[in-house]
This record gives sequence, C-alpha cells and structure tokens, in this order.
Amino acid sequence: MKQFRKMVYPYLLWSTVVIAVPMLLILLYAFTSGGNSVSKFMFSLHNFKRFLTDKTFLEVLYRSLRIAVETTVVCVLLGYPAAYIIAKYSEKVKMRWVLIITLPTWINMLVRTYAWTGILQEDGVINSFLGLFGIGPVTFMYTDFAVILGMVYNFLPFMIIQIYTSLTKMDYSLIEAASDLGANPRKCFTKVTLPLSMPGVISGITLVFLPSVSSFCIPRMLGGGSYVMVGTIIESQFLTASDWNFGSAISLIMAIIIMISMYITKKVDKGEKLEAINA
Amino acid sequence: MSKKKKKIGSTVFMVLMMLFLYAPIIYTIVFSFNEGKSLTNFTGFSLKWYSKMFANKTMMESLFYTIACAVLATAISTVVGTITAIGLSKSRRAVKSVVEQLNQLPIMNPEIVTAIGLLMLFSAIHIEKGFFTMLIAHIMFCIPYVILSVMPKLRTLNPNIAEAAMDLGATPWQALTKVIVPQCMPGIISGALIAFTMSFDDFVISYFVTGNGVSNISILVYTESRRVNPSINALSTLIVLIITVALILVNVIPSIASKKEAKLAVDKDI
Repeated sequence: MKQFRKMVYPYLLWSTVVIAVPMLLILLYAFTSGGNSVSKFMFSLHNFKRFLTDKTFLEVLYRSLRIAVETTVVCVLLGYPAAYIIAKYSEKVKMRWVLIITLPTWINMLVRTYAWTGILQEDGVINSFLGLFGIGPVTFMYTDFAVILGMVYNFLPFMIIQIYTSLTKMDYSLIEAASDLGANPRKCFTKVTLPLSMPGVISGITLVFLPSVSSFCIPRMLGGGSYVMVGTIIESQFLTASDWNFGSAISLIMAIIIMISMYITKKVDKGEKLEAINA
Repeated sequence: MSKKKKKIGSTVFMVLMMLFLYAPIIYTIVFSFNEGKSLTNFTGFSLKWYSKMFANKTMMESLFYTIACAVLATAISTVVGTITAIGLSKSRRAVKSVVEQLNQLPIMNPEIVTAIGLLMLFSAIHIEKGFFTMLIAHIMFCIPYVILSVMPKLRTLNPNIAEAAMDLGATPWQALTKVIVPQCMPGIISGALIAFTMSFDDFVISYFVTGNGVSNISILVYTESRRVNPSINALSTLIVLIITVALILVNVIPSIASKKEAKLAVDKDI
C-alpha cells in the first residue's frame, strides 16, 4: 500500500505555495517597511508602533472587540434556549428544526445581509410597524444596533447547532440521577445540564466571535461607509490606501488577539471543569 | 398549568426565531416582484426587475463567473482532495501532521487574513488578478474541507480489502478506483457539496484576489448595495432558487438512486 503514499506529494507542494507562503508573506510585510515590493525590504517595528500609539486605531480595535463580544453574548442568550428547546423535541421534530435553522446559512451571506437594509430603513417594515403604536421613526441603519443585528443574524445558526449537538450527546440518565438524589429542576439545569453543554457553548463562541471580529462586509453594508472596524481598516489598507506593510501588521495584531481570546475561553472552560471535579 | 405555559412559551420563542431567520429572505423575494423602485413600499406586482436583471450584462457575467468558478473549483478540489486523503491514510505520521497543520490554517484563520496573504502571493509572483486567481484561491480553501470529509470514511475502511484486490491481480490503479473510491463515495459527495457552496457563496477571499472586471455574485451585491437597485432582489431570489434546487437534488437523488437500485435488485431476482 506504500505506493499510495506518493499521492500526498503534489498537495504538499501545492499547500506550501498557496497556504504557507502567504502566511510568511504577511509576517514579512508586517515587520518591514518601504512599499509593496518584496525585493527591497527592511526590518522595522514601525507598523506596530503606528497602530499601538495612534488613538483612532486603538478606538477602532476597541469598537471591533466590543461589537464582537456583544454579538457573541446575544448569540449565546438567544442560541442556548433555542438549542435547549430543540433538544427536548421528539426525534422527528428535532430533525425538522435543525433543517430550519441551518437552511438559511446555505444562502449567500451578502444577499441575506442586503435584505436587512430594506427592512431597517426609516420607512421600512419595522418602522411602519412601530408607527402603528405611534413610535418612531427610529433610525436603525448605520448604528451599532444594525451591525450587531446583522452579525447575530448571520452567525446565530452556528451557535444553536453547536449547543444543540452537545445537548443531544449528553447522557440524560445523569439528570434523572440528579433529580432522584433530590435536586430540583433549576439545580439539575445549573449543576448538570449547563456544565455538560459547556463544550458546545465554547465552540459556538469560537464560531461567532472569530467571524464577528474580522468581518468587514456587515459593518460596511449596515454600518455605512464611515463605520470603521478592524476588518474595514485592513480592507482599505490593501485596496485603497495600498499600504500593505501596515495592513499586514494590523492583520497580525488581529490574529494574535483572536488566538489569545480563544486560549482564554478554553482555559476558563478547563478551569470550570477542574472546579467541578474538585467540588 | 405551568408546564402548559412553558410549552406555549417555548413554541412562541421558536416561531419568533424562525421569523427572524426567514423574514429577510421572504422580504427579498417579495420585493423582487415590486413594481416601483422602492425597497420599502410594495406598489404592485411586476416582473420588470427580472427582465432588467437578465438584460444587465454585469449581472449575467458575474452569475456566469460564480457558477463557472464553483463548478471548476468543486471538480478540481474534490479530485485532488480525495487523492490526497487516500495518500494521507497510508502516510507516515510526520507527513500527515504537516498536511493537517497546513489545512488548519485557512480553516482557523479569519477569511480576511487568508485573503490578503493570497493577494500578496499573487502580486509577488506577478500573476495578474482575474478569474484564474479567483479559481486558484477557491481551490485552495475548498481542498481542506474535502480532505476533512473524506478522511473519516477512509479511517473506517478495511485496508485488507484493497490488499486482497491487489493479491487477486488488480493493479494499484484498479484497487484505487474499483475498491477504495467507491467505498468512500458518501464522504466524497458531501465534500463536493461543501466545496460547491463554499465557492458559490464566497465573498471575502474573492473580493481581494479578483480583478480586471471579473466579479462574482457576492462582490456584485456588495458593490451594488450602496445604491437602490431592486434587480439585486431579483438576483437574490434567483440565488435562493438555485441553492434550494441544489439542496433538494442532493437530498432526493441518492434516495431515488437507492430506490432504483433496490428495484433493479428485485427485478433481477424475479
């Protein structure tokens, strides 16, 4: 069977060129200055210094993180009950709901986000509805609310499916055991169901936080041209300002922040598990 | 009483959830048939935005590029991904872990990071941005998903069967195409499906690596969203239709095929 081993080599070469080299290029550009040509580079930390000392850039970073955290929190708060309810349904109804939740994610994200621009207008459906009660018109478009709504709308299904999967994998006899031993339903939930579904919540958080923090089409479409997030800065550095060195440095900073936050989430999860075991 | 209340509460919650997820899609479909230009007032039924869409050269071109790129990227990445996965299942651990680590990069990295990396690669080796670069990029991010969906199937495979085929005189090629590939077909098909939808829906990476007037549907929607253009609604409806039909086909064809097979088997017995 050793003859089949050779079949890996073409892909090994391919992935080195199109996956590894681009990552190295980002590193190279981030730590150099002096234009977009590879041939004449000089090591410098100028790009990082520029980002970390400029107040406007730090504000943008703060806003991106805040929006991503808020999106993630809303997704957990909406996604957990939904996953919990679906997991309690009968087998047939369960499958139907999983299909209902995942179906929209198959449709182009830009198309679905674009639809919200019509709904959220000053004279859109929501404002006509609010108008019936004498409220408004409320400005939704080009606000934090619109951006978070757009992100929650796009990423919520991932959260629901992750939590749902961990809830269905759970051993239900544990809950029975807990209630046999005298735990009330609330205690059963907080001491048994919730800790056991934590892995799903964690991977859901990863799947929501990561695209939210780096997204640039949702803030552009629902936040407007002057709504700046980390993703939109990177976009403009590459496509309009063409300062690739600075753009690479920002992407690197973003990637590091994402890695750190993932690490913390995993650590917190592990810490809680240890606590549970010790208790 | 409280149990009943709880049940009503959860039903209401789920109905609202469904409304939230589907309202925008329905809204788009409804307004694609609107007579006026407004995206907020429905003034009457008309198909004029559809005729405008079909007459719009950029829209038709981007639809063509999207489908062409998705079909090519799916075909190439499914073949290469399957071959690589089979090779990986027989490889030494070191090679395996190198490939797996490399594959993790585009999956775990934010799309924008992958996109700028590719943009700089194409510029460093002086390839002009256009359909070719977009295709290369799509193949690049599709293959890891194909490998990921074929690998589990290969792991459950009995290695002795291919061995036996070769002992009985099959060439390695025959063992591959007649024994190994048919057995991991479900994994290959689901890999191809993931690849197709990933390519068809991609925005971020295509947006950075394309050029020379070549754009796909996502890029078109993004650039057109700044002005009012109801043809976008018509295009969106068309996309919803295409994806829905594709999903139905993928779900229905296997069951029809297996029914046919069963029928043939029965016929043979008779």
